[in-house]
Amino acid sequence: MKRSSAVGWLAVGCTALTVLAACSQGSATAGSNSSSSSSSTESGSTAASSADASTADAGTTAGSTAGGSGSPSTAASSSAPSSSSSAPAGNTTITYMDFSASGGHEKDLQKIVDGFQKENPGITVKVQNVAYADYFTKLQTAVAGGTAADAFELDYQNFISYADNGALAELSGVDRSVYRTSLYDAFTMDGKQFGLPESFSDVVLFYNKTLFAKAGVPLPTSSWTWADEKAAAQKLTDKSAKVWGDYQPITYNEFYKALAQSGGQFFNADKSEATFSSQQGTEAADWLIGKSGTVMPTVAEGAGTPDFDTNLFKSGKLAMWHTGIWMFSAMADAPFDWDVVVEPGNTTKASAMFANTVAVSASSKNQAAAQKWLQYLTASDTAVSTRLAASWELPPIADDAKLATYLKAGKPANRKAVFDALEKTVLAPVITNQQEMQDDVNDALTAAAAGRTPVDKALSDAQSKVTALLGG
Amino acid sequence: MTLVQAAPPPSTAAADAVPAAPRGRRRGGLRNLGWVLFFLLPSAVPLLLFTFVPMVGSLWVSLHRWNLISSPKWVGLANYERLLKDPQTLKVFLHTVAYIAGYLPLVYVGGLALAVALNQRMRGRSFFRAAIFLPVVTSWVVVALLWQWLLNPANGLVNHVLAALHLPTPGWWTDPDWAIPSVILASAWKDLGFVMVILLAGLQAIPSDLYEAATVDGASGWQRFRRITLPLLSPSTFFVVVISLINGFQVFDQVFVMTGGGPEQSSQVVVGQIYNLTFRYGRAGDASALSWLLFVVILVITAIQLRVQRRWVTNA
Repeated sequence: MKRSSAVGWLAVGCTALTVLAACSQGSATAGSNSSSSSSSTESGSTAASSADASTADAGTTAGSTAGGSGSPSTAASSSAPSSSSSAPAGNTTITYMDFSASGGHEKDLQKIVDGFQKENPGITVKVQNVAYADYFTKLQTAVAGGTAADAFELDYQNFISYADNGALAELSGVDRSVYRTSLYDAFTMDGKQFGLPESFSDVVLFYNKTLFAKAGVPLPTSSWTWADEKAAAQKLTDKSAKVWGDYQPITYNEFYKALAQSGGQFFNADKSEATFSSQQGTEAADWLIGKSGTVMPTVAEGAGTPDFDTNLFKSGKLAMWHTGIWMFSAMADAPFDWDVVVEPGNTTKASAMFANTVAVSASSKNQAAAQKWLQYLTASDTAVSTRLAASWELPPIADDAKLATYLKAGKPANRKAVFDALEKTVLAPVITNQQEMQDDVNDALTAAAAGRTPVDKALSDAQSKVTALLGG
Repeated sequence: MTLVQAAPPPSTAAADAVPAAPRGRRRGGLRNLGWVLFFLLPSAVPLLLFTFVPMVGSLWVSLHRWNLISSPKWVGLANYERLLKDPQTLKVFLHTVAYIAGYLPLVYVGGLALAVALNQRMRGRSFFRAAIFLPVVTSWVVVALLWQWLLNPANGLVNHVLAALHLPTPGWWTDPDWAIPSVILASAWKDLGFVMVILLAGLQAIPSDLYEAATVDGASGWQRFRRITLPLLSPSTFFVVVISLINGFQVFDQVFVMTGGGPEQSSQVVVGQIYNLTFRYGRAGDASALSWLLFVVILVITAIQLRVQRRWVTNA
């Protein structure tokens, strides 16, 4: 009797101990920042804190010397001796999480990883490709839980909030001359570099030449305005054949651009108030909404669902399509002739430009190795040529001569439009409560497009909501 | 825990026997306690680690301003104050109540009808029981996507049939007035089998001699249902109502997949709002405060139900 009860209590005690052990393990993880500097010394990269900048620099240098001439960081490759200090340490594994490779460019990213690992035998890069739709939720959770990758990709909006919140490590010893100045400076905050430009892209007007020829409509030119686009779209739409003339999502991203194309401002000068509920704002919203149901499918017909527009264009049922140059490779084997042109403007031209960045996590134990990988990813010849060959957005490098091959990399023929569009660009308005602002504007546009709210009222309601968000 | 007690009644003979034994030997009771705790461990430890610890954590977070990236900042009760002032809070609770108001009667009446029908002797009874239960064990994401297709306004099966019958074809999840009904339809379809199984068990526990006696006394089929079945089924009904209400207040998956809370937030529910606040808007403090608000609401409603049940639940 007594013995069996003892066994029972023993079991209880053991489990209690296990629980305690699990708890103390948890707290050890939480405090890993403090212990990381000591453990990382063993693995050769002593640059856990930014105070150790010089050491980080040496660490960065180590591998690129092995690669020889192909290395982008020429400034660093002169200091060879430090390679001996990191080489014996051997296997540093860094993790890299990204969104821009998923959905077609996974192999291209792997090619760049392979090139890096060949030049840096001591470093292994583990890639985590995440779909864009889930990416920022996943990243936020990982950062909050202390399990973020050593290095990760960010878009411009999120870069601002992550840098603001101290989640990114300061980069040091980067040779900035290899990057386009405007792109490099976009990721500088208070004189400190928190990210490297990784790629940039813009939005152009795709058009199906075959459908234009069939309808006898002259092809779009860079001097087109909204009026020309509208007239052509109406002629090209043939509902009986389920052919649509135009497609432009009715969303925040298109709205701020259309607003700029009409000469309107999203915010006032000191960004204390939203100002998009204006004459120009109404014009912009009407431009987008007016397409729905006339020359473009409605939401009830499927517009706005994932890949709807891609499939519509690819199946030859869409004459004009407002989308980004990242779609070039997906459309390469479309069974008809197509080309691109700079988007038509209303009173002025304005093309949307997006820049992606890569950053090192502030909690990474391998910051030097991670930075070295990011420099390779953004500016090495392998990365540049891989991106260009795959039409995977554009590399952020300063040397235009290296970009020349892009112009002749296949469909579409008018790749010059990609660079022409850069002459007049508009950047997305960014605030701290970014997602809430986008939701408010998107909801207003959807309601107006469905005819549930008059355009003017939808815009003025959204404007007061966004202004309220500016307060924090 | 209270739910388990409210579940269909245990056999009375066993219930009498259990309390008698420990009363006789106190020491034996203590000895058993060790074993009781030991056997509770597999469920108690995860419950403690993954439910109670996070609950206390969320209480702490609810008193802070925290965007998940930076370090939390103490703000006291400010989050609760802001939530109570925000018109969106009332909206998401109203949407949730509207969902429950549509879902609960539908799933209960439907489940009862199926249970009564499948309690009869008939061919293929087991097949029908299994078929109706199948959606219960299917993943919510699969079911929600399926219903999104069925209710597709442009080319879904439902509108196709409605059009053929010359009935109006609603915009379903693309129309703010129909978004919640769409979710209700999908939810009722999925949960029908669960309710049916609970009620079926309740039906089978009703002694058949009661019906025989009533028939001898000349009671009609409706009278037998009204006077015997319903009262003796009330413990099962109570269980279904309590569980459905709690699940109803926590509705999320189907809304997230089918409508995403839209169009224009018209089908946004409490848990959907909690998700948005945490993972999309970076306001974990507000989200935790809303979680506690939801917890209190569910607690109060369940407490009221436990009190009121004495008036209508027949304890066998």
